[in-house]
Amino acid sequence: MRWNRMNPFGSYKKVVSARSTLKEVLKKAQDGGIVSTAFIYGLENNLLDGVIVADNAGEFKAVPKVATTPEEVLEAAGTKYTVCPNISVLKSAVREYGCEKIGVVGTPCQVRAVRKLMKYPVGFRHVPDKIALIIGIFCMENFPYYGLKLIVEEHCGVKMEDVVKMDIGKGKFWVYTRWGETKAIKLKETHPYEQIACHVCTDYTAELADISTGSVGSPDGWSTVFIRTAKGEEIFNKMVEDGYLEVKPIEEVKPGLGLVEKLALQKKEKNMKEIEHRKELGLPIPY
Amino acid sequence: MVKVAHVQLCSCCGCLVSLADTYEKLLDVLNSIELVYCQTLADAREIPECDIALVEGSVCLDDHHSLEVAQEVRKKAKIVVALGACAATGGVTRYCKGNQLSKPVHSSFSPLTEVIKVDLAIPGCPPSPEAIVGVITAALNGDMEYLQPYAELAEKGSEACGCDVIYKVVNKSLCMGCGTCAAACPTRAIEMLDGRPNVLKELCIKCGACSVQCPRIRFPELIEKIE
Repeated sequence: MRWNRMNPFGSYKKVVSARSTLKEVLKKAQDGGIVSTAFIYGLENNLLDGVIVADNAGEFKAVPKVATTPEEVLEAAGTKYTVCPNISVLKSAVREYGCEKIGVVGTPCQVRAVRKLMKYPVGFRHVPDKIALIIGIFCMENFPYYGLKLIVEEHCGVKMEDVVKMDIGKGKFWVYTRWGETKAIKLKETHPYEQIACHVCTDYTAELADISTGSVGSPDGWSTVFIRTAKGEEIFNKMVEDGYLEVKPIEEVKPGLGLVEKLALQKKEKNMKEIEHRKELGLPIPY
Repeated sequence: MVKVAHVQLCSCCGCLVSLADTYEKLLDVLNSIELVYCQTLADAREIPECDIALVEGSVCLDDHHSLEVAQEVRKKAKIVVALGACAATGGVTRYCKGNQLSKPVHSSFSPLTEVIKVDLAIPGCPPSPEAIVGVITAALNGDMEYLQPYAELAEKGSEACGCDVIYKVVNKSLCMGCGTCAAACPTRAIEMLDGRPNVLKELCIKCGACSVQCPRIRFPELIEKIE
């Protein structure tokens, strides 16, 4: 893993602030509903015939799912702050579901996994040419499910079954209940529950995706969106032309790209140190 | 013209089927190569001098023909490719122990990589058509950067097992739960439990696909170039 410290975002063609125009998406989405809208748009316009999403199996347990309808995409909207092995169902999307134009959403590490299997498809017969769109989501770190449960139940004092939304922002971990309450704890308190394997990751903005999106940099209800590849640009432009997305120049929104850059570099620097530390200990790191 | 030979040792011919499964890409490849030896598809009886030998199957150490063919292919080919799990990692032939008719003494099978020096190994059971085409194309173009991971596997990757993702990834605090290993496995020997691979050892055929696909063991730099 070699990252340029001076390059916080990886390569991209364009970065904007955007949000969905679909009411049903905005009702359920974490931020601007970019992922759900792109997948719904893709399915409705035959650009995609199956999408891999992280479904909520109840109480924020995440399970990967091959969704083939807009309704299924909507059901899966919203962030689950726990590990969801999305790539584990990629081959079954091709085999059992017979998909030929697959959309995949994933964290930066999952996006990297997809790019690797496209270039070196040892166990992925007839899969690489069927990946039509890779959407990446910004990710600072992830939690094992019981890590998340401890944060919510012990630190926030809320039962998992009562939670309707979780969010990380403004240095805090937020929990919203179905009774309309909001609880927040300092992000520092969640650090002991992070998945330690996340500490060798130096990709914050899903640098290898066709399109990357996340909340940081844009106002509440909006998303920051990096359009990185020709494929990503084509579908993004179509979505805007067909009125599925509202777009603002990133320079006109607050807090803007500076904050994304700050967090991206923080992650890279901190985790580069961990990589060096592991090397000194003689432990393996991805190479 | 680059001369290519396909040599079959102790194997099922599925790797050659996988090569044929590239459809029109095979025709593209065939335009730039000359298939000089392939007992399944052509009539040549002796392995001729060639540039690339694609060898599938493991070597039966109790069968002198098998050993001789392995040694001959090393002499005749500039680049020897261990094609598929049996040649690269032993695959399902790791479980052979003989005592079957009509040759009850044929009991010892070793991957080609442990018998002769092999230049490139493409694991997988079968190796995907896209991986085979990728390797042949890169070999034709002399793209050594792309081939590097396959060269490493030829040199030191012969002991493959589902346990690799436990030993080398989960136990080393590298697994982030992407699930790639589970999808890569041809026998569904890996299920994801609590965001980590759980290996069902009875189902593992030691093909190497899971650990080779894991992005937390090997992540070649060239993958970072996207367009």
